[in-house]
Amino acid sequence: MEVYLDNSATTKCFPEAAELMKKVMCEDYGNPSSMHRKGIQAENYLRYAKNIIAHNLKVNEKELIFTSGGTEANNLALVGCAFANARAGRHLITTAIEHPAVGQTMNYLEQEGFRVTYLPVGKNGVINLSDLEQAINHDTILVSIMHTNNETGSLQPVIEAGLLIKKLNPQLIFHVDAVQGFCKYQIYPKRMNIDLLTVSGHKIHGPKGVGLLYADEKVKINPISFGGNQQRGLRSGTINVPGITGMAKAIEMQYPNMAGDIDKLYELKYYFSDALKRIPEVIINSPLDGNGAPHIVNASFIGIKSEVLLHALEEENIYVSAGSACSAGKTNHQSATLKAIGLNKEAIESAIRFSFSHYTTMAELNYTLQTMYDKIPMLRKYVRK
Amino acid sequence: MQGVCRHGVNVMNYYKSFLIKYAEIGIKGKNRHLFEEALVRQIKYALRKVAGSFSVSRTSGRIYVEAQTDFDFTDTVDALKAVFGIAGICPMVSMADEGFEKLSEAVVKFVSDVYFSQGGTVASGNSLTFKIAARRSRKNYPLDSMELNAKLGGIILDAFPSMKVDVHKPNIMIHVEIREKINLYSEIIPGPGGMPVGTNGKAMLLLSGGIDSPVAGYMIAKRGVKIDAVYFHAPPYTSDRAKQKVIDLAKTVSRFTGPVHLHIINFTDIQLYIYDQCPHEELTIIMRRYMMRIAEHIANETDCLGLITGESIGQVASQTLKSLAATNEVCTLPVYRPLIGFDKMEIVKLAEQIGTYETSIQPFEDCCTIFVAKHPVTKPNVKRINRSEEHLAERIDELVKRALENKEVVIVKL
Repeated sequence: MEVYLDNSATTKCFPEAAELMKKVMCEDYGNPSSMHRKGIQAENYLRYAKNIIAHNLKVNEKELIFTSGGTEANNLALVGCAFANARAGRHLITTAIEHPAVGQTMNYLEQEGFRVTYLPVGKNGVINLSDLEQAINHDTILVSIMHTNNETGSLQPVIEAGLLIKKLNPQLIFHVDAVQGFCKYQIYPKRMNIDLLTVSGHKIHGPKGVGLLYADEKVKINPISFGGNQQRGLRSGTINVPGITGMAKAIEMQYPNMAGDIDKLYELKYYFSDALKRIPEVIINSPLDGNGAPHIVNASFIGIKSEVLLHALEEENIYVSAGSACSAGKTNHQSATLKAIGLNKEAIESAIRFSFSHYTTMAELNYTLQTMYDKIPMLRKYVRK
Repeated sequence: MQGVCRHGVNVMNYYKSFLIKYAEIGIKGKNRHLFEEALVRQIKYALRKVAGSFSVSRTSGRIYVEAQTDFDFTDTVDALKAVFGIAGICPMVSMADEGFEKLSEAVVKFVSDVYFSQGGTVASGNSLTFKIAARRSRKNYPLDSMELNAKLGGIILDAFPSMKVDVHKPNIMIHVEIREKINLYSEIIPGPGGMPVGTNGKAMLLLSGGIDSPVAGYMIAKRGVKIDAVYFHAPPYTSDRAKQKVIDLAKTVSRFTGPVHLHIINFTDIQLYIYDQCPHEELTIIMRRYMMRIAEHIANETDCLGLITGESIGQVASQTLKSLAATNEVCTLPVYRPLIGFDKMEIVKLAEQIGTYETSIQPFEDCCTIFVAKHPVTKPNVKRINRSEEHLAERIDELVKRALENKEVVIVKL
């Protein structure tokens, strides 16, 4: 049995999306900017994609900017907005547990003369709204808060944050990195006071190499790359028609009816975390209440290095992640999120992330649990003395 | 690198062949032909993936590489620079003998193309000293070598007013060889030296993911030894990426050594058994003794005449003289340690030269470090180590046998 529990790193592409993309690449491969029929055919796919996405998110088509992925969408949102609105103020607010695509971009903006406040999180990995309220001042131009944390699955109070932000200053720009939460939750930016929303294709059973920035038409944004002025000059570069079409297909297949899926995922999550708790010296790092997303269980197996447990599970065709997959392979990396929720070194070094998808089954989880029951005593016995 | 990057396309097309100068083969007496044949073989192998087709020939004590088609000059030179046994690579112009007049014209054009054309060495106006080194192997040629030197020298002086003769320390040598054909060459691109791989038997390299062992393999291969390698991995404590890293290292080394048979041994069970049965501070040294035993076993099965390690005295606890003696003791095959007297910085420099350094420093745990004691023994007492190993008597033979049976062999080549 092969069990893929690393869906927060990436997901399997829906075959329907892949097939549609193949058709776009091999048959209707025109450049939508071309004037001839072949170009128009390609443009029709783009229309289809924009229509689906705008319809599902309940936004206008022209508010969609397609990018190469979540990282670029975050960069465009933060850098593009910070520079475009620098005259209004030079203070930005984010959280201490953002993905590096936001965290590192904020560091860059600090070097460029912006001030950044990093909101702390509690043990459950959730920010405090009063911290946010206190951080906002007359110089603040943008607040960026992730929807779902990629390492522990903690959910941030984006709806409440949106209300608070707009109450304090309707001009304040609110960005939400929803890469991990999108298509688990139905997110309607206009109803949630979200001005900028980041989405990634491959985390939602779409293709890699494509992402989306929703940007409210009222938001001033500068381009961060330059070229042929596609996408209203905000994102130059030949339009990735197959990627965009595949991503739209994946959204179309999931967005309208997700409520049942979430319940199913929560059931798996609680079943799995309850079973993990029965293993001695296991700490569950993910919130197990309404503050936790349904598809991520992060747990520390004290005394076993994450990498060792990861490879031990790999031997039985079970694929999980040590911390965040983006940073795997680098030494001395300690997850900022796990530090921020107050874990000690031992717990951080033994943390494993299990992340589910709509394909995950109870049988797969039982197989995973049984494998861990079998292997953990042996792995605990052999440690560096 | 002389003469490689600098030249424009026009000059690249100008050269069609190379004279290969070889290193120590020349002094090998009656075995000389064996060394030369091996060198020809290695050159052919090195060129097999270079765009173009080449003939490699051995005539009267010289090796020539001649392009039969269009070819990529830079890639060709780079490939030749990885062939042990080559001391120098001389890009050469070969022409039929059509009289002295034609020869003089060719020599002037040659000097102009190589040194004065766009991208050439010398900006016009700068002075350049030279010497003609003519060699008349075909004795019926009307001019002898002294006359050739004098006449061609004069012609060069007339054609290039900025050039001067210096017979003692010239900036450039212009070689003119009168054979069946006439060969002109001047620049000598240094080769790696050493002896052609395959002329000195085969040895088994203990290859880890570190900086040292690939360099050790390179150095022994340079003496003409063919290399096979053994790698010990320890899943789940080491990852597939660590294994891939070792395969990548073997591949880089194989640029110089030719194909490497990489034997991959799963060492986990042996390691854990030692962990269970022996004092923890002796774990590393006992592990290394078993690695040597296993490597020797594979070496004997595959006709290897020795083992190669990247050890250097005192670098880590397991490389003190006492530790080396303790690991050395378990095998009868000679163990070659070409880096034994090298400092780390010297090894790093070599690793950078041969291109393994960047791969070696990728941070994956290898099986030597996962359970390493905080204070491993640095002066192991061989008697005590042997006594500790008695605790392994019950299962170790079976575990070693199983590890050998489950060995994976990857043939690594570029």
